[in-house]
Amino acid sequence: MKALILLSSLGVIALLAEIFSVKKLLYPIVLLGLITAFVLNVFDWDATNNIYYKMMQFDNYAVAFTGLIIVVAFLWFLMAEGFFKEESNQTDHFALVLFSLVGAVMMVSYNNMAMLFLGIEILSIPMYILAGSNKTDISSNESAFKYLIMGAFATGFLLFGIALIYGATGSFDLSEIANAVSSGTLSSIFYVGVLLMLIGMAFKVSAAPFHFWAPDVYQGAPTVVTAFMATIVKTAAFAAFLRLFSTAFMGAHDTWTNIVWVMAALTLLVGNITAVFQTSTKRMLAYSSVAHAGYMLLALLAGNSYSNSAILFYAAAYSIGSIATFCIVNIIASAKNGDGIDSFNGLGKTNPMLAIVMTIALLSLAGIPPTAGFFAKYYILTSAFVAGNVGLVLIAIIASLIGVYYYFRIIIAMYFKESATSEVVEVESNHKLLLVFVAILIVVMGLFPDCVIKLL
Amino acid sequence: MSAIQIIPIEWYLLLSTVLFTIGVAGVMLRRNAIIIFMSVELMLNAVNLLLVAFSSYLSDSKGQVFVFFIMAVAAAEVAVGLAILMMVYRNTKSSDINILNKLKW
Repeated sequence: MKALILLSSLGVIALLAEIFSVKKLLYPIVLLGLITAFVLNVFDWDATNNIYYKMMQFDNYAVAFTGLIIVVAFLWFLMAEGFFKEESNQTDHFALVLFSLVGAVMMVSYNNMAMLFLGIEILSIPMYILAGSNKTDISSNESAFKYLIMGAFATGFLLFGIALIYGATGSFDLSEIANAVSSGTLSSIFYVGVLLMLIGMAFKVSAAPFHFWAPDVYQGAPTVVTAFMATIVKTAAFAAFLRLFSTAFMGAHDTWTNIVWVMAALTLLVGNITAVFQTSTKRMLAYSSVAHAGYMLLALLAGNSYSNSAILFYAAAYSIGSIATFCIVNIIASAKNGDGIDSFNGLGKTNPMLAIVMTIALLSLAGIPPTAGFFAKYYILTSAFVAGNVGLVLIAIIASLIGVYYYFRIIIAMYFKESATSEVVEVESNHKLLLVFVAILIVVMGLFPDCVIKLL
Repeated sequence: MSAIQIIPIEWYLLLSTVLFTIGVAGVMLRRNAIIIFMSVELMLNAVNLLLVAFSSYLSDSKGQVFVFFIMAVAAAEVAVGLAILMMVYRNTKSSDINILNKLKW
């Protein structure tokens, strides 16, 4: 809760900084603020309280996901320093990012449909602007436009679902809805409402068959913004999705399990198979992010005691791996004027450091031990297996084998293909530091997964 | 029985569903960006109507408060949407969304 207030005030400070012309100080202030927010967040552990008349609930689930979001945001700010330097309206960028972080925290801690809706919108509206922040680039425009239309469209479905559920249960409160569900007979509009909300949330987490906007938006947006969308937005959306379906709609399990089953299988296959055919690394990572949503859907579907910690660990492993890959793609794409897979040719010789970090991050995304991604997939599959979804576990294993193929295409390009030029790519020292730290973090999380798993 | 309850709730439900469907069809079928925004607004207003109707039938004010949130957010969304549309228009001199086809697989 304190973290939420601090992040909101940081956003306001970022807006005021424009007036008092202290722009230069803003970057360190924001980093310091994020560290403080993390520390304040830790103090909320085990202090479960319903705040603001039960509108929000900062239980351990919320605190763990808030912590993850703040850590990833901190790494993202280190990665995106250039994004805040290049234009004159840099404070707008700070404020937009900070406000969308506020939305993300609201999405993991809501206890009322109103807060879910406001959280999603506070997260999304700044993201629409950030996706189009490269104003003269037509693909950035297109990305922002598609994101806005699809976001608003999905919100429409979500709201219609909320309205129907309100009509059936007379409440927006998650626990009151759960009580209404368990006490028995609800009119059929409740189940229509659940399905509409499922569609709305599937759009937000980009699960197939509602994923088609994601690759376009991810490819067109500036790479640092794509990194933000692929990590923080996805984590928050999934935490919100899981919270909704594991508390309020758990009693109506039979209505949605079959649909989520099909959705998970489709997401895994479509995401991984389409990624194989991509030549742009950014678009490939976008499809791979669709595929990763499929793995997380597995744990959501399982809905057992393993689910929460499995999704937390998966989101952590995936976000940290993605920060590293997007950071490197950004460096390579700006140095070589293109993000095709062939621009990675020969990177193992020219920039061995970048190549090693990229390899570790990709191995983690592919789920190969001893990286974090292996245990992330392991816990997800365990939770699905315990719930008895054996067929889905098989599909997930086949899908991750396909995943290994396209992740290895980049690794092979880096080590076994000759580069046209032997030019060394310039890397800023803070990026080097970040990449080494992230690589160590991935390996440490892979060796000691318990430190995250035991949290929930 | 209040005045609003003379009409059965099913009728409100039907009207909202029809409005919502028109909105969805508009987003999917129309090619002009402004009309797409209008269709999105229609979807949100269908929801507002439904929430107010339920709120009145349940004699509960929460639904009406929710409508205020939706109206505020919809206004913010349209403001951002029109700004993005202006940006697109400056680069392409058109509000037809078929021109936005650079990103494809």
